[in-house]
Amino acid sequence: MSTTAAPPALRKTALNATHRRLGAKMVDFGGWDMPVEYSGLIAEHMAVRTGVGVFDVSHMGDIQLRGPSSLAAVQHISMNDASKLKEGQAHYSALLYPNGTFVDDVIVHRLSENDYLLVINAGTREKDVNWVRKNLAGRPGVHVSDYSDYYTQLAIQGPKTVDVLRKLTDRDLDGIKNYWFTWGTVCGLHNTLIARTGYTGEDGFEIYVPSDQPTSERVWNEVLEAGKEFGILPCGLGARNTLRLEAAMALYGHEISDEINVFEAGLDRYAKLEKGDFVGRDALEAVRAAGGPKRKLVGLEITERGIARDGYAVLSPDGKKIGIVASGSPSPFLKKNIALAHLPMEFTAPGTEIAVEIRNQPVKAVVVPTPFYKRPKKQA
Amino acid sequence: MDYPAGYKYTKEHEWIDLNGKEGKIGITDYAQNSLGDIVFVDLPKVGSPVEKGKVFGSVESVKAVSDLYSPVSGTVTAVNEELTSTPEKINTDAHNAWIMKVEVGNVADAGDLLSKDAYETYIKEETH
Repeated sequence: MSTTAAPPALRKTALNATHRRLGAKMVDFGGWDMPVEYSGLIAEHMAVRTGVGVFDVSHMGDIQLRGPSSLAAVQHISMNDASKLKEGQAHYSALLYPNGTFVDDVIVHRLSENDYLLVINAGTREKDVNWVRKNLAGRPGVHVSDYSDYYTQLAIQGPKTVDVLRKLTDRDLDGIKNYWFTWGTVCGLHNTLIARTGYTGEDGFEIYVPSDQPTSERVWNEVLEAGKEFGILPCGLGARNTLRLEAAMALYGHEISDEINVFEAGLDRYAKLEKGDFVGRDALEAVRAAGGPKRKLVGLEITERGIARDGYAVLSPDGKKIGIVASGSPSPFLKKNIALAHLPMEFTAPGTEIAVEIRNQPVKAVVVPTPFYKRPKKQA
Repeated sequence: MDYPAGYKYTKEHEWIDLNGKEGKIGITDYAQNSLGDIVFVDLPKVGSPVEKGKVFGSVESVKAVSDLYSPVSGTVTAVNEELTSTPEKINTDAHNAWIMKVEVGNVADAGDLLSKDAYETYIKEETH
């Protein structure tokens, strides 16, 4: 099924042939020919939760802002406060439209006082680059570069990540805290960015290596080889989605979009209105002044038999449509069916009983706190 | 994978094991492999009618819902309740994990279904 070549119109990462050789089932994700699963979604999901897995996330984008005015530039376009970042530190943020809705979510890395790396979503690469350039046009002292095609980005995720990665680098990984990063030699490649970031709710690192095919394949194979004794599995976008859903992490076009504002998405803690002006700030201030949003993202657990999926209607107990499922799926680790949906404020308290329409039938569900899954605290 | 010679097959990847007027129906190994881990089966009600070519239930993987099409018309006489708690049996043993039993209205309905050889040829062509 995956021995045939990729459809010509889809974009490919450097590892495309590698995934196909491993027998991955491939899917069109935002115009990219990507692996959705290799050995099986549930096995891959559980490998990340209990051991270690590796994902090719090279389809994601990388924008670099450099120059003496780069901090001011980042502060203008990103809602979180980049001035609070130390060198070697990253944080979650978003680029907003003037009306307070999302252009994209982003991880901002402070490489130095004058050098910032924004890692953005695959499906919004060009939109984001154009939007950043447009909003910084004419600004002296900052240079915007699109490095998206320069990197093969691998996400190694799971409690055994450090065991695997320490075999491939002599950098002290224990010294890198969550959401911090450094550079080191990885698989013989000097100055490789090593970041303790990820999209799974587990401990993990993302490494950024040159995107030429031979280097990319060599590093991928060395990661799999180093991880063999820990049961490492190559993991696809299927498991990536169920992992991030259990951790209640947002996916663009679902929990966040250009029709959902920061408060409705429940991400206002990342919007630092007090830092000064940024694109979208006024709109968020207006929401706050009005007493908050009219709807908010909540977690749902389906309590009767049935799987709630993206786009299904959410119903009040008396059968009125009150929202739609932003993301819904079985949870392989929790063995429940879960979902995220934006609901009117009166339905957002945990314990609120509602229903989801599944094949024209109301199926009972309840609002639950998120995240659905939190990784166990490390024992000393 | 061995496709039982005694079964008949549809282009939607269902199989039927027909003995006189009693048909046992499931999905093929090719289907379960395409679907991935099966987590939910929506079974029809015993006693309900089924119509050839029409949806009688569905099978769900983590990622997707897949409708099931009846290869024959008739009445449902039994459903495999085991699949409610262990739907993954379809992944591990698709050709024995029957989904429903049907009393067939007209056995001639099954005349245009694919033989094992025809089905194997069909799926070989699908993967090219």
